[in-house]
Amino acid sequence: MTERVIETHQLRKRYGTKLAVADLSLSVGRGEVFGFLGPNGAGKTTSLKMLLGLTRPSSGSGRVLGTQLGDRATRARIGFLPEHFRFHEWLTGRELLSFHGRLYGLGGVRLRDRVEELLVTVDLLEAAERQLREYSKGMLQRIGLAQALLSDPELVFLDEPTSGLDPLGRRLVRDLIRELRRRGTTVFLNSHLLGEVEATCDRVVFLKRGRTVRQLALADAPVGLDVELRVGAVDEALAGLAQFGSGVTVDGDRLRLRVTDIERLPEIATYLVNRGVPLYGMQAMRPSLESVFLEVMGEDGRPG
Amino acid sequence: MRAMLTVAGITLREAGRRRILLAALVCGAAFVALFAIGFHHILKGMPAHVARNLLERRMVLTFFTLAGLYATNFLAIMTAVLLPVDTVSGEIASGVMQTLASKPVRRSEILLGKWLAFVSIAIGYLALLAGGVLLTARLEGGALPPRLELGLPLMALEVCVLVTLSILGGTRFGTVTSGVVVFGLYGLAFIGSWVEQIGTIAGNEAARTIGTVASLIMPSEAMWQLAAHHMQPPLMSQLQMTPFSPASVPSPAMVMWAAGYVVVALVAALVQFSRRSL
Repeated sequence: MTERVIETHQLRKRYGTKLAVADLSLSVGRGEVFGFLGPNGAGKTTSLKMLLGLTRPSSGSGRVLGTQLGDRATRARIGFLPEHFRFHEWLTGRELLSFHGRLYGLGGVRLRDRVEELLVTVDLLEAAERQLREYSKGMLQRIGLAQALLSDPELVFLDEPTSGLDPLGRRLVRDLIRELRRRGTTVFLNSHLLGEVEATCDRVVFLKRGRTVRQLALADAPVGLDVELRVGAVDEALAGLAQFGSGVTVDGDRLRLRVTDIERLPEIATYLVNRGVPLYGMQAMRPSLESVFLEVMGEDGRPG
Repeated sequence: MRAMLTVAGITLREAGRRRILLAALVCGAAFVALFAIGFHHILKGMPAHVARNLLERRMVLTFFTLAGLYATNFLAIMTAVLLPVDTVSGEIASGVMQTLASKPVRRSEILLGKWLAFVSIAIGYLALLAGGVLLTARLEGGALPPRLELGLPLMALEVCVLVTLSILGGTRFGTVTSGVVVFGLYGLAFIGSWVEQIGTIAGNEAARTIGTVASLIMPSEAMWQLAAHHMQPPLMSQLQMTPFSPASVPSPAMVMWAAGYVVVALVAALVQFSRRSL
């Protein structure tokens, strides 16, 4: 079993009478790119803050990199990009990185080299001497990302890293996440852009009303496949399809259903042929993360 | 320690960039200039019989110098409260604090770094203004108030009390609430001190007690009263010749109280900040 980098058990956070997080139970393995999904107000940011030690849980337990939540020495091995990254706007990009580097205990040539390296990585070398007040939203987000990587962390928390970024900036972030994965860094990605999560994450967890309700490995499509059939005789075909899967719908000459695994496909074809139903086309695809998201959130998951 | 100095360093630079410090410096410079002009004209327009009587001359000049130091005290207090009032609450609201606190530094290092920076700025500001006033008194009038070595540190202690309270407020409340609470306490001490003075002159024990209690709740004004008492000739102070000659002189124990007050407020700020959800 791979080493668990984050392991939490029923973490709960209450602010006065308001329950921000009811039950955060998750497990993230080393080297994973882990997506944290949920509608606005589901408790994502509070969860992240508990994992980072910025907020103390009201109850429950958790370990990050093998130590108690918020352990100071462990924070040296963690990078964090807050949502809408902001810092003293009179600092230049280079000064900002040097300052945070010193907080990580870096200094001298090592710090200087690391700062230069990261400025190149986030494509801000040319803007390094400009003050943050002159930075665009996307540039701020990128310098924030560089700040999160200063200590060459084992675990990086990114809270909406592409918020405010243009397509080029988003691509840079996606490439950066892939590069982190290649190097074995664990990435905890909090994002509401499902397409992006789908493109970068190995596994996701859904947070609904402060509870982790479902974990999902994106690589092996455990939720099944969406199948679309084009047939000659719809009524004839419909009769027994329900035995192969769920959610059968009709749209003209097209039938759709969800099956649990790919072995159902030849069975469906055989069934239809045996019943003499002309089969013009059959297509199976992994359901989009968006459809899974909507399914998981259901009626309760109204946007906040 | 290193992280604390790093935070102190950036806090100093941050304060230096802000308009509020610039405004305080401009006001301070204008005040010192005004004081110098006033001092010059008072000396020039002094009636001959006062100018000839060295004792009387000294009294008038000391009174005027004390008035200058009183204004200095007030400006330094304003700066001590307003400059750090949003350093914690403002940075939490803007998200800057979350980035800082997720680094491998203790929250106490962040807070102490800030405290150190603001205490240095406020005392530096006090020194600058008091220096201007005293330099004027020395150059124009040829004399300085006595026992500055006792008076000035007391003024610095008062500034320390206010900086610490202002930072403590920010760890618990929002910026505006915190400012209102600290100025409210300062006002309480100010009025309490006057009630005490009038009560002493009128021989009213209850009024004296009210003043003492107010000083215990907030020892800022008591530090100024004691400083003013030290920085005038004993005769002037004993005869209570000026508004700066306290009828009821705060006891030296009040200095210990004020110093302890700073320590307790700072510890409370550290505890509050380390527990706070960011």
